[in-house]
Amino acid sequence: MKSLRAAEVRTQILFSLFFVVLSLLFLFPVYALLLASFRPGRDLIRFGITLKTLLPRNLVLTYLANLPTAQGGVYPIWFRNSLILVVLQTSFSLLFSSMVGYGLGIYQFKGKNIVLGLVLLVMMVPLQILILPLYRLLIFFKSMNTFHGIILPFIVSPFAIFFFRQFVVGIPLDFVDAGRIDGLSEVGIFFRVMAPLMKPAFGAMAILSALLSWNNFLWPLIVMRTKRMFTLPVGLAGLLTPYGNYYDLLISGSLMATVPIIIVFFLFQRYFIAGLTAGGIKG
Amino acid sequence: MLPFIVSFLVFYLYPLVSTVIMSFQEIIPGQTRFIGLLNYERLMNPFMYKAVWNSFRYTMFTILILIPVPIPLAVMLNNPRNPANAIFRSALFIPTLVSVVVAGTIIRLLFAANPSAIVNTVLGLLGVKPSDWVMGGSATAMALLVGMATWRWTGVNVVYYLSGLQNIPQELYEAANIDGASASYRFFHITIPLLKPTIIFLTTISIFGGFAMFEESYILWSGLAGGGSPNNVGLTMVGYIYLKGFQGGAMGLGSAIGLILFLIVLVVSILQLNLFGFFKREAI
Repeated sequence: MKSLRAAEVRTQILFSLFFVVLSLLFLFPVYALLLASFRPGRDLIRFGITLKTLLPRNLVLTYLANLPTAQGGVYPIWFRNSLILVVLQTSFSLLFSSMVGYGLGIYQFKGKNIVLGLVLLVMMVPLQILILPLYRLLIFFKSMNTFHGIILPFIVSPFAIFFFRQFVVGIPLDFVDAGRIDGLSEVGIFFRVMAPLMKPAFGAMAILSALLSWNNFLWPLIVMRTKRMFTLPVGLAGLLTPYGNYYDLLISGSLMATVPIIIVFFLFQRYFIAGLTAGGIKG
Repeated sequence: MLPFIVSFLVFYLYPLVSTVIMSFQEIIPGQTRFIGLLNYERLMNPFMYKAVWNSFRYTMFTILILIPVPIPLAVMLNNPRNPANAIFRSALFIPTLVSVVVAGTIIRLLFAANPSAIVNTVLGLLGVKPSDWVMGGSATAMALLVGMATWRWTGVNVVYYLSGLQNIPQELYEAANIDGASASYRFFHITIPLLKPTIIFLTTISIFGGFAMFEESYILWSGLAGGGSPNNVGLTMVGYIYLKGFQGGAMGLGSAIGLILFLIVLVVSILQLNLFGFFKREAI
């Protein structure tokens, strides 16, 4: 038995050595970006990231320090826009999707299965093929270049609806009945009784929705037309041209767009994992 | 509850139906007319074939890497008695958090054409000649796209497989141990078959994600929607929608591409599910 355990320890050490190498390889591009933020952007674009970039010597703080003021202070505006959109999109999507999912999970009504079937159907449709009609819809609603234009298609997410529905189905109906006996309205039951019980589901979906919103690229690229309305990904992508002059902003801006998510990841790691594996792979 | 279902219909169902209708129309501002199958006839051109082929190739390559490779990684990490495993899992996961714009920018800088750029330097030490990865040819360009997907998505798939492994009853392994089964026997006869639901799920997601790829090539080739890439290797089906529908203003044509894309994805998914015996309803 003892030798068996020794063998296990030996395998674990071997595995760990392998994963140390693999982890360093996976983190290397992030490290490269960090160090690149202390180098002149023009050189980086011309020569790429070289060995000299990667050695932590002669670090120049100017590029990061210039971030708030470069190109007329456009970066803080993009950052603010992205932040506003994350907050709006996440809160609306959570509120609406949880209510629809709750309704589909608790109530019996005519056509319920049809609605559920529709939810599953649109989950199957890649959003990319809907962008043309959505674009026409926005023009019709005169919502181009606005925040609500970005959020509207995402205020109900079929995936989140389905996820909330699955979660609600697992909660005993007794809680709803108890609420009714206490004389709460149906809305009251949702907010006072069920919402607290659904907290883990809210956590998982909040993280997922915030991550998707923060990194969302294609839709804001289409909707936002003026520089002051850009989000971080759209703004940064616009700097990535062969004729640009703002490569410092591109590189250090990329770093500062990534750091907040990594911090949030370490704070809420548990919800991240839950949100991503929520797909309901079981069976 | 009704208003939400209504908005749901407006922003999902209406666009879906609308795509179908638009694909039979010619849409010029102020005037829209039905032109039958003309959009589809117009799509029988080398660019469309190229876009379909690129999307297909990219999807197959990413599936070939991202479905099998994370399985042994997850199995190795699935030992709660080694506290370092949680750290490794996080390290593999972090690339997922990086947006496609930032990821593309880093990749371009790491794989720059300059011989002293880091990837060329390292390869130089191994005796490989420096190459222009981004612009040099369709093989290296496709390798970059697939490599970027591998970097960004391996961690997620490992996490999925880890949660799949949690659902495998430990007794199966104990019974196999008593029978004196080797590690490879356990891996191929217990782990892989019992991970089948996860494998099917991830393959389905990869098909959808692979065929919908566009942003990666948009970033690598500076917004030219893949048109600026060597031999148009970055031109994907969604890229072609963007090129025709938004930059070219041919929204009917763009919708037709979208519908073809949707049908291809559906057919490939069904073929895949069939291959895995998903419809046979066998006891998994």
